[in-house]
Amino acid sequence: MGMPGVLPVLNEQTVEYGVKAGIAMNCKIASYSRFARKNYFYPDSPKGYQISQFEEPLCENGYITIGSDSGSKKIGITRIHLEEDAGKSMHEPNRPESKVDLNRAGVPLLEIVSEPDLRSPEESYEYLVKLKQILRYLDISDCNMEEGSLRCDANISIRELGEEKFGTKTELKNMNSFRGVEKALHAEIKRQKETLESGGKIVQATNLWDENSGEIRQMRAKEGSDDYRYFPEPDIVPFTVDEAYVKIIKENLPELPEKRNARFVSEYELKNEHALVLTASRGVAEYFEELATLTGDPKNSANWVMGNINRVLNEKEKPIGEFAIPPVRLAELIKSVSDGGISISAAKSVFDEMLTDESSVESIIEKLGLKQVSDSSEIDKIVQGVIDSNPEEAERYKSGEGKLKGWFVGQIMKASHGKANPQIANESLDRLLNIDS
Amino acid sequence: MENYEQFLEKVEDALTLADKKKDLNIFLSLEEEKIRSSAKKIADEMKTGNAGILAGKTVAIKDAIITKGTITTSGSQILKDFVPPYDATVVERLISNGALLFGKTNMDEFAMGSSNENSSFGPVKNPVNPEYVPGGSSGGSASAVAAGIVDMALGSDTGGSIRLPAAFCGVVGMKPTYGRVSRYGLIAFASSLDQIGPIAGNVSDAALLLKAIAGHDESDSTSSTAEVPDYPNLLESDVKGLKIGLPKEYYGEGCDKEILDRVNDLIESLRSKGAELIEVSLPHTEYSIATYYIIATAEASSNLERYDGMRYGFRGEGSELSEVYSSSRSKGFGEEVKRRIMLGTYVLSAGYYDAYYKKAQQARRLIRDDFLTAFKEVDLILAPTSPTTAFKFGDKMDDPLAMYLVDVYTTSLNLAGLPGISVPVGNSSEGLPIGVQLIGKPFEETELLQAAARVEELVSS
Repeated sequence: MGMPGVLPVLNEQTVEYGVKAGIAMNCKIASYSRFARKNYFYPDSPKGYQISQFEEPLCENGYITIGSDSGSKKIGITRIHLEEDAGKSMHEPNRPESKVDLNRAGVPLLEIVSEPDLRSPEESYEYLVKLKQILRYLDISDCNMEEGSLRCDANISIRELGEEKFGTKTELKNMNSFRGVEKALHAEIKRQKETLESGGKIVQATNLWDENSGEIRQMRAKEGSDDYRYFPEPDIVPFTVDEAYVKIIKENLPELPEKRNARFVSEYELKNEHALVLTASRGVAEYFEELATLTGDPKNSANWVMGNINRVLNEKEKPIGEFAIPPVRLAELIKSVSDGGISISAAKSVFDEMLTDESSVESIIEKLGLKQVSDSSEIDKIVQGVIDSNPEEAERYKSGEGKLKGWFVGQIMKASHGKANPQIANESLDRLLNIDS
Repeated sequence: MENYEQFLEKVEDALTLADKKKDLNIFLSLEEEKIRSSAKKIADEMKTGNAGILAGKTVAIKDAIITKGTITTSGSQILKDFVPPYDATVVERLISNGALLFGKTNMDEFAMGSSNENSSFGPVKNPVNPEYVPGGSSGGSASAVAAGIVDMALGSDTGGSIRLPAAFCGVVGMKPTYGRVSRYGLIAFASSLDQIGPIAGNVSDAALLLKAIAGHDESDSTSSTAEVPDYPNLLESDVKGLKIGLPKEYYGEGCDKEILDRVNDLIESLRSKGAELIEVSLPHTEYSIATYYIIATAEASSNLERYDGMRYGFRGEGSELSEVYSSSRSKGFGEEVKRRIMLGTYVLSAGYYDAYYKKAQQARRLIRDDFLTAFKEVDLILAPTSPTTAFKFGDKMDDPLAMYLVDVYTTSLNLAGLPGISVPVGNSSEGLPIGVQLIGKPFEETELLQAAARVEELVSS
């Protein structure tokens, strides 16, 4: 609100977040840092200035790596600084007045500025994905562009092949998804190209992306740079970040995606492409590791996470944090399969039931009547039934058409409602048809 | 008669006196019914023995200090109807210590002025002689005490705004060390210089009031965590052996002879009581006014940006955003405020920042170093509070520079963040009060108040 007499206070948690992000992005962490006032009149700025950092940002000179096997690239991070958010202006079309929502004004945010290292909209997309992955690993933000917990302003210029100097840049705002950024950049490149090819000139400006029409509207032209009359913020004392503090944060930093990916490949003998899927988010990676430890079977655990769990998460559009089955319960289920208690196909039904039923795995198996039948006399009865109702196929199988075996096992599983122990059913089939296996 | 009955009577007398002295234009708001009901509540606490250290005292509040539910204007049209939804930390502390809040006092608009003539509600007249200015910017607070309406008052001091009116009105006024008192709820003029402090009829009351308001506040990150001494009970001391510095730059040209005479009388008395008077030098004093007017106006230009007519306060007419901004601020602010906003905007502008603001910050450090060097030799520094006594209305209004020079002895302390106290040392031949200023080391308010108490005794004897 910018009430007269009210003073700002530094949010300590934000400094910690800033230092974490800085370390994760290979930045130099400033030992002495302070805030500055950026002065400008606008209704979204209730004090008439924004508390930001200018000459002494918290982090500088870092990089993150994008790309993978096919070739990786370092994208420079110019600086990461702390500032307060402004309010949100709302301009409704065909209305003479504008509205402003000041609820987020004064809320701390991290601004991450990258070097002009991105060469295409696709690279920019990849950069954003990587940035989000790191920030989510660090629990700094959920990075949801639609909800505004991550926002992106993109500066772009084009130049002729071989030209070393950058062209005149424009700034793009108002994108609300990573794909939106990619699309907006494509549209702006097209616009700039057309302008230059028709003999025009690029004017330095801030432009708005309209997601619905896919068009770019000019918001305001910039003549040189605005004069924000920066000066040190007298209401917040400068702060120091000492080496011991950085060291503690460094030591407590979670394992970051790249490192974890490499470890999954070597420690669990996973394929790189599988490790990539499992480390995409910190939550999934942690779930997998816990599961793998509990079951002692990393490959099988990986399959469960990449298969059934990812399917459910995608269907429900939920993060792993909201997944209903904790690793310890899923491990129980996996154990039931390896112990021969239930079949794999039955396990899938139990899994689906577990999403809503919190009772023990055993009682769910019981409830669904999926306990595997391993008693050979009982299985013999089922198998004989299948042979009897398919005499023709039985003859063909007997005379050497081996590929029919799978078909028979399927029929047996169907007849047993998935409960027959497949191995015993196999043996039973061959024995009853007098085939040496 | 019991204490509390005396207290209720005193409050009624004060209300009557305030009414009688209405022409002095001391109060911008005086809510009689609220004062009476608060007084009754305090009297009840006094009866049951639950009263705080300020119970029985009446305290006027400078209108730059936010009071919940009571219009707070900071002397400006732009806030003439502004009713704040919260209390300043100092106000909360006054209430919890049992003080009776007695009115909001008139002041120069946004505390910018040395004579009170910049109030957009008309100036306060000096109770000693209503033809003269009371000094500024806390002129209303100093006058409320000088007129005998209240026991004490809160002022704020950015470049002398407590000490100067205290000297002009013949009362005690103290600017504590920067960070000693929370600024949360003080309408900002210049954030790195502003400090709230006590004004009172005597040193002992000033000490009491300071104790009540001082101390760390987590809402003001520039407030100090240093412990608050029990000032009012630590006022005993001995002048003998006290090393007092006399900065030669403060005793030169430009100071009224009568003031120098009075200060010299005091110096002789102190010497005769065993104090050691030592000449010291503060070589960068000549830069203090220029430095002050760069830093203070720069910060003010930014602090006053929030008065844009959008959320509270006066809103001007206009068909588009920039017009509303422009008319709100053109009509809402007075001349001096606009002058300082323009100065401050200029010194922060691209291309001028290094030449003005940055230079001023360097000069500020040199000024502070001067004091710290002097304090290696002396316990405290003594100088006139102002080069002149109170002047007549209109005398300096056409000449901002002459007006600014009234603060020549006070601004350095704000730049250096040091505590200072102005104590009356008698009157001029015209019957106008003269003040002497004692300057202390950072956070040594106790020593400063002790010395002020000795000066008070010497003057009255």
